[in-house]
Amino acid sequence: MEFLKKNPKIFQWLFLLIVFFALCFAIEVPETYKFIRGQAEFIKDPNQSTFVFAGKEVRYYAFDVFWRLPPLLGWLPIWINDTLFFLMNDWMPMEFWNEDTQEFKTRPLLLQISRNLTGFMTFIIELIREILLGGLETIVAFTSWDFIDANPWAELPGLPWTIVAAGATILSYKLSGKGLAIFAGLTMVYISIFGQWKPSMQTLSFILVAAPLSFIFGLGLGISAFKSKRVEKVLYPILLVMQTMPQYAVLVPALVLFGVGDHAAVIITMIVAIPPMILLTLLGLRAIPPEVIEAGRMSGCNNWQLMFKVLIPTARRDILIGVNQVIMVCFSMAVISAFIGAKGLGFNLLLALNQLNIGLALEAGLCISLIAILLDKMSLAWANKQTDYFGNLTFFERNKNAIFFVGAFAIGIILAYIGTFLFKGTFNYLFEIPHNKGISTADFWNKGVDWIFETFFVYIKAFNTWLIQEVLQPMRALYLRMPAVATIVLVVGAGYLIGGIRSALVVCGLTLFIALSPWWDRALVTTYMATFGVIVSCLIGFTVGTLCFQSKSAAKFMLGVCDIFQTFPSFVYLIPVMMLFGITDTSVLIAVIVYATIPATRYTIEGLRSVPIGLHEAATMSGVNKFQRLTKIEFPLAFPHIMLGLNQTIVFALFMVIIGAFIGTEDLGQYILKALSDKNGAGIGLTLGICVAFIGLIFDNLIRTWVGKRKKHLGIA
Amino acid sequence: MSDAVIKCESVYKIFGENAEKMLQEANGNVDAKTFQENGCIVGVNNASFEVAKGEMLVVMGLSGSGKSTLLRCISRLTDATGGKIFIEGQDLLDLNNKELIDLRRNKMGMVFQSFALLPHKTVVENIAFPLQIKGINTDDSISKAMDMVKLVGLDGRENYFPRELSGGQQQRVGIARSLAVEPDIWFLDEPFSALDPLIRKEMQDEFLRLQDKLQKTIMFITHDFDEALKLADRIAIMKDGIIEQLDTPAKIVLNPATEYVRKFTEEVPREKVLLIEDVMDQSTSNNLGDLRVSKDEIIENVAEKILTQEKTVGVIDNNNKVIGSINPTKIINTVFGGRKNGN
Repeated sequence: MEFLKKNPKIFQWLFLLIVFFALCFAIEVPETYKFIRGQAEFIKDPNQSTFVFAGKEVRYYAFDVFWRLPPLLGWLPIWINDTLFFLMNDWMPMEFWNEDTQEFKTRPLLLQISRNLTGFMTFIIELIREILLGGLETIVAFTSWDFIDANPWAELPGLPWTIVAAGATILSYKLSGKGLAIFAGLTMVYISIFGQWKPSMQTLSFILVAAPLSFIFGLGLGISAFKSKRVEKVLYPILLVMQTMPQYAVLVPALVLFGVGDHAAVIITMIVAIPPMILLTLLGLRAIPPEVIEAGRMSGCNNWQLMFKVLIPTARRDILIGVNQVIMVCFSMAVISAFIGAKGLGFNLLLALNQLNIGLALEAGLCISLIAILLDKMSLAWANKQTDYFGNLTFFERNKNAIFFVGAFAIGIILAYIGTFLFKGTFNYLFEIPHNKGISTADFWNKGVDWIFETFFVYIKAFNTWLIQEVLQPMRALYLRMPAVATIVLVVGAGYLIGGIRSALVVCGLTLFIALSPWWDRALVTTYMATFGVIVSCLIGFTVGTLCFQSKSAAKFMLGVCDIFQTFPSFVYLIPVMMLFGITDTSVLIAVIVYATIPATRYTIEGLRSVPIGLHEAATMSGVNKFQRLTKIEFPLAFPHIMLGLNQTIVFALFMVIIGAFIGTEDLGQYILKALSDKNGAGIGLTLGICVAFIGLIFDNLIRTWVGKRKKHLGIA
Repeated sequence: MSDAVIKCESVYKIFGENAEKMLQEANGNVDAKTFQENGCIVGVNNASFEVAKGEMLVVMGLSGSGKSTLLRCISRLTDATGGKIFIEGQDLLDLNNKELIDLRRNKMGMVFQSFALLPHKTVVENIAFPLQIKGINTDDSISKAMDMVKLVGLDGRENYFPRELSGGQQQRVGIARSLAVEPDIWFLDEPFSALDPLIRKEMQDEFLRLQDKLQKTIMFITHDFDEALKLADRIAIMKDGIIEQLDTPAKIVLNPATEYVRKFTEEVPREKVLLIEDVMDQSTSNNLGDLRVSKDEIIENVAEKILTQEKTVGVIDNNNKVIGSINPTKIINTVFGGRKNGN
C-alpha cells in the first residue's frame, strides 16, 4: 500500500486493468455469437436483425450491445460508393470537344478531368517505356493509327540493353565514382541475362514518372505548409491518416476514379508517396536555424532565391530521407499496383507467388530490390554532388562521360546489328533478351525449397502446428473474447492516464469508429496479428540493437543492414517465408516480424547513440560497470526515442499484416483484397483502410503523447 | 545631419499581438512591466541615435537586453513597431520589398554569431553566394570570392566545407561573405562570442586591421564590455531595451551615466582605455619639461615615460602644437586612485 501511495500512476493503471477484466468477466459471450466468416452486412442469417438508419438498411446481429456495438456505420461504405459514382457519372455534366469523333460530347466534369489526367500520365509512361523498349504508342499519340499503317517504318526502335546498361554505369560513375558504377553495371547485366529486361524496364518507366512527380508535389506541399499555418492545419490530419493507411486500401477508390492500368498505378503511388515527402520536407525546413534564414535575407535573396538556394539545400538531409522514402514507396507500390493492371516486375512477382513458383518470384523480387537500391544511391549521390571550379580541365576531361556514352551508344548499336546476323532465326540477345529466355536459377531455388521442405518437413510442420495451436489460436480467441465496451474502456482509460482528457477523446473517437463499423471482429484479428508481430519484433530489435550498440563498427554495420532491408519492397518479404512455411498464418507473422524488426533495431541503436557523451563520462567516473551504465543511464535516456521506434514498428507490422492477406488471413486485409474485385468495393476498401489507419493512430497518439511528456520530463525535448 | 549613414528616431520593437495598439496608447511612455502584464514583451524601447560614415558603433548589453533586436530592426529582418529608421537619408520602413532587397544586395553586409554558413556550399561558394544572388555570373563571382578568401587569410581552404573548418575559420568565411558585395554598412551580431578567448583576440585584431583598410560604417553587437572598449568609436549600452548611455569609451569609463553602466566600468583598467587627451589639463602652464606626448596616446603606453619626469609634461596635437599639460601625479591618480571613488 505504501508503494502504491508513492506511485499513484501505478495505482491508476492497476485500477484500469481491474475495471477492464471485471467488464470482461461481467459481459458474457452471447449464445448467438459466432465469428463471422462471410461479409457481415451481406449475409443472410437467422440471427440477424435490421433497422433503418439514415435511409439505409443496416443489418446486425442482435447481440448484447455491450458485447459488440451495432454497426451504425454500415451505411458509410455504401454512401461513399454512391457518392463516388454520382461524382463520376452525373455531377456537373459539361460539353467537351472530342478529338476522335470531331464533335462536342456531354460528360461529367470529374470524369473528363480524370480522363485527361490519365491520358497525360499514360503518354509520359509510354514515352519513357518506348525509349527503353520500343513501340508505337508515342508516334500514334502525335499522328494516328492510319499513319502507322501507311508507314511501317514509323516505330520507336527502343534501346539495346547494352546501351542502357552502359548509360546507367556511366551516370553512376559521374555521380558517385567507381563503386556505384560497378554496382549499376552488375545490376543491369543481371537483369538482362536473367531475362527480366522487359518487365524491369516497364517497372522503371513507371517509377521514373511516379517518383519525380511525387517528389515535386511533396516538396511543393511541404513548402506551402511551411509557409502557411492554415495549409498545415488542413494537411496534417490527412497526412496522419495516410501515413498509417495500408496501401491496398487506396487501390480500390482509385480504381473507380482512374480505371485500370499503369496511369492509375502512378496516381495511386503518388497518393501514397507524397505524404511522407511532405512531412519530411516540413521537418527539415522547421529545423533550419533562424540565423541561416537571416543570412540568406541579408544576402539579398528574394523569396524564391531564399527558398531554393538557402532553405531547401540547408534542409537537404531530411529532404533526402524523403526522396529515399518516395523511392521505397514507389517500388513497393510497383508490386501492389499490379493488382490494378500495372505491367512489369510486380505483375511477374504476383504471378509467380500465385503459382507458388518461389524461384521465379525470388528472381523478380531481387530485380526490384536491386533497382530500388540503385536508384536510391544514385539520387543520394546526385544531391551530394560537388562542382570543382578550379580544375583546369581539357575539353576531353570535362566531357569525358558524355563522350564515353556516345561511344557506348555506337558500340551498342553496332553490337545489336551484329547480333541480327549472329542469332539468325532466334532472339537477338545483343538487343534484348526476352522474358524467360535468359538464364534462370528458378529451378535451382524451387528444388532447394523442395529439398528443405522434404528434409525438414517434420520439424517445420511441428513448429508450425505448435505455434498455431499453442500460441496463435489461444491469443486470437483471447482477443475475440474482449467485449467491445471493455476494450473501449481500456483504450480510453489508457488515453486519459497518458495524455489527459484530450488524448482520451481522440482515442475514443478512433476506437468508436472501428467499433461501429461492421468489421470490429476483423479489426480484432488484425490487432492480434500485429500485436504478436510487434512483441516479437521489439524483443528481437531491442536485443540486437543493444548488442550492436556495444561496438561502434557493429552498430554502423547494423544500421547499414537496416537501410538495405528498408529498400526492399514489402512484398519481397513474403517470398522466403512462403518458401518455408507455405500458406499459413505463420508465414505472414514471420514476414511481419522480419519487416517490423527493422525500425525496432534502428531506433534502439539511434536512441542509445543519442545519449550525450558527457553523461557516459560522468557515469564512468561514478564507477559504474558497463551493465549498470546501460540500465541506469542509457536505457532511461534512450527510452523515449526507442518508443518512437515502437511506433514505427506498429505501423510497419500493420502494413505487413494487411499485405499478408495475399497469403490468406482472416483479418481486415482479406476484405480489402476482396473489395478489389467487388463492384461496390470502393467504399468498403476505403472504410477498411481507414479502420486500419485508425488502429495505427490509436497507438500513435498514445505513444507520441507519452514520449512528448517523458522527453519534457527528462529535459531532452 | 547629412553625414549620418544610420539614423534612428524613437525606435520601438514590441512583441505580442496588440503591440501596435498598446504602443499608440502608451503615447511614448512605454513601461516594460505594464506591457508584460498585457502579454507584450518590449524588445527595443525608444532608441534614438545616429551612426556617422566610417564610424563603428558598438551596442553592448547582456542577453535579453534587446541589442540583437535593435540590429534586426535596422537591417529590417524584423519590422520596428514604432519610430523611424533612415539609411543614408532613406526611410527604411517606407521601402517596398524590391527596394529592400536592392539595399541589402548593394549596401548591407551582416555577420552572425553562429556563423550561419550554408552547409552545402564550400568556403568559396559561400562567399560567392551574395554575388550570385545579385546575378553576377559564376566565373566573376568565384574570382571575386577568391579575393575575399585571400583578404581573410583562408587561401588554400577555399574548397573546404564549413563543417571541416574550426570556429574561427568559419567566422572568417562569414566575414568574407558579408564583405563580398562591398557594402557600405556592416552589421556584426556578436561575431566573436562563439569563439575561444585566444581566437577571439586574434579575430578582433584582424577585424581592426580590416576596418582600418575598409572604413565601413559599422554596427557591432557584443555582450563583452572589454571587446566593446577595444573596438568601438562609440558604445551604446543597453538594458531592458533602453539605451542607458551612448558615448565614447573614454567618456563612459570616466562618467558612467547610470549605476548599471558604472558596474561595468568598475573593473576596467583605465590606463588601457583612456587617452592623454581625456585626462590632461587644458591650461598650458609655462613650466613645462622637455618631454612632449601626443594627445591621442593611450595612457598605458606613455605612463612610464611621464612618471620619470619631475616637471609637467606638455601635450601636443597632430600639428605639434602644445594644447595642454599633464603632470605625473595626475597619471598616478588616474591609474590607481580613480577606481575606488568612482572619479
